[in-house]
Amino acid sequence: MRRFLLLAPAWLWLLAFVAAPVGILMAIALAEPGMGVPPFVPPLAWDAEGPRWQGTLLSFRILAEDRYYLEAFLRSLKVAFLSAGICLVLAYPMALGIQRARPAWRTPLLLLVLLPFWAGFLLRMGAWIGLLRDEGWINGVLHALGLVEAPLPMLYSDLALYLGMAHSYLPFAVLPLYAALSRLDPVLEAAAADLGARPFTVFRTVTLPLSLPGAAAGFLLVFIPAAGEFVIPELLGPPEAQLIGRVLWGEFFQNRDWPLASALAVALLAALILPIRLFQRLEARR
Amino acid sequence: MIRRVGLALGLFFLWAPILLLVAYAFSADRIPFQWGGFSLRWFAALAANQRLVEAAFLSLRVAAGAATLAVVLGGTVGWALARFGPFRGRALFGALAGAPLVLPEVVTGLSLLLLFVALQAGLGWPGERGALTVWLAHATLGMAYVAVVVQARLAEQGRTLEEAAADLGARPFTVFRTVILPLIAPALLAGWLLAFTLSLDDVVIASFVSGPAGTTLPMYLFSQIRMGLTPEVNALGAVILVVAGTSLALIGWILARTARRMG
Repeated sequence: MRRFLLLAPAWLWLLAFVAAPVGILMAIALAEPGMGVPPFVPPLAWDAEGPRWQGTLLSFRILAEDRYYLEAFLRSLKVAFLSAGICLVLAYPMALGIQRARPAWRTPLLLLVLLPFWAGFLLRMGAWIGLLRDEGWINGVLHALGLVEAPLPMLYSDLALYLGMAHSYLPFAVLPLYAALSRLDPVLEAAAADLGARPFTVFRTVTLPLSLPGAAAGFLLVFIPAAGEFVIPELLGPPEAQLIGRVLWGEFFQNRDWPLASALAVALLAALILPIRLFQRLEARR
Repeated sequence: MIRRVGLALGLFFLWAPILLLVAYAFSADRIPFQWGGFSLRWFAALAANQRLVEAAFLSLRVAAGAATLAVVLGGTVGWALARFGPFRGRALFGALAGAPLVLPEVVTGLSLLLLFVALQAGLGWPGERGALTVWLAHATLGMAYVAVVVQARLAEQGRTLEEAAADLGARPFTVFRTVILPLIAPALLAGWLLAFTLSLDDVVIASFVSGPAGTTLPMYLFSQIRMGLTPEVNALGAVILVVAGTSLALIGWILARTARRMG
């Protein structure tokens, strides 16, 4: 009983600010767009005879029929997949390097990986714009060295998009990998070496397989937020390549089609359910 | 060898843009990332920018409030998940507590906005979207992170100390106050910092749930950067990095000292 009272505020908060919003989101996805404030007709109405259903599958039908949305979905999944892959490839030697460094060095090195978080996400994206744009720093250096005549167009391209993604999400991939590598029993690697395995064989047959859960967690930790990312594609990516985060943002803020934006959010959740469950399984096993 | 080079390259990739951003904050040139001689003019411009200063103070207030609430709620959640055993509704409780960690920002932002609109229509509260709604949204996000940190800390600690205290006759509240609270204090501090940073960095959720009265610093910066970069952004980056660096060093020093004292 006392425990129930202790948990009551947390329960209330979670139900009000986590469960209820998702429920409302699903309801509005079934609403008909309207002209009022807010711009939709509630899917459930109360009148003299009691509740009356007036919802519609219109928004979901639009999502299914218009190729624009399907393409945005597929492109988002591709960008998330490649971003997570790039982060993993960059993060692996970093995590290994930190774990093999002298003990006194490990915490400072780990802090160096994490500190960019505190430099502010938007400021880092601003830095990339300043580096990549036509009159930016990189083009200035290339021009001064006589390597290019006209500035290389780098901003608003896939290159800029993936640079921004990697820069923002790299620490997310390093942390679980480092955690997995430091839990690994060094005796196993020593035993393999004693039995005559060369360093690369030790890595391939012992270190790599045992770090796979950490690698999978790191991959998903990048993939899940990257799939719905809005700010990085908006600031750095190619304007014509629509990703789901930007499409949702546009339907909500520019077109004021709240039901369609909600349907997009529900569809994004449905697409991410599998990776999310996988990530939670990995976390629970730890 | 490969490891060292890989680590060095990775750190270079992470830090080069940030260091360049800071270095060019001291350039007099009007075009960002162009060297025009040493100058502090952009720091002066920063301090004189009324809208930016207002947005920064709003963000700091919201972030501090959200982080504090997140520590209280998330601390309870983490403690319950680590110590309460299989209580009724535990699976749902855990799933709800973990959901904000894995929901994409656009989904969290949109769904919270729809909640606030529904509450406004039904209860007349919250009256106006702005600092209050951003605070509620950020507290919810931060709570999930604090819960994870606290739960991990209690899980690695084991129950021996609490059981010893209980065996010696301490009542549950005394056990909580004298054993559990000191044990999770570093986790609470780390969680507070994490929630504070998340709030200060968030532009997507804030854009959805805020109203015309509540422009946070990231919202202001986002609109500025989208319209065109100015050297003020460099100056702000330099200020934030110095403030964050010193506060983290200070906190690290305090944590190291308490860890030594506790043996």
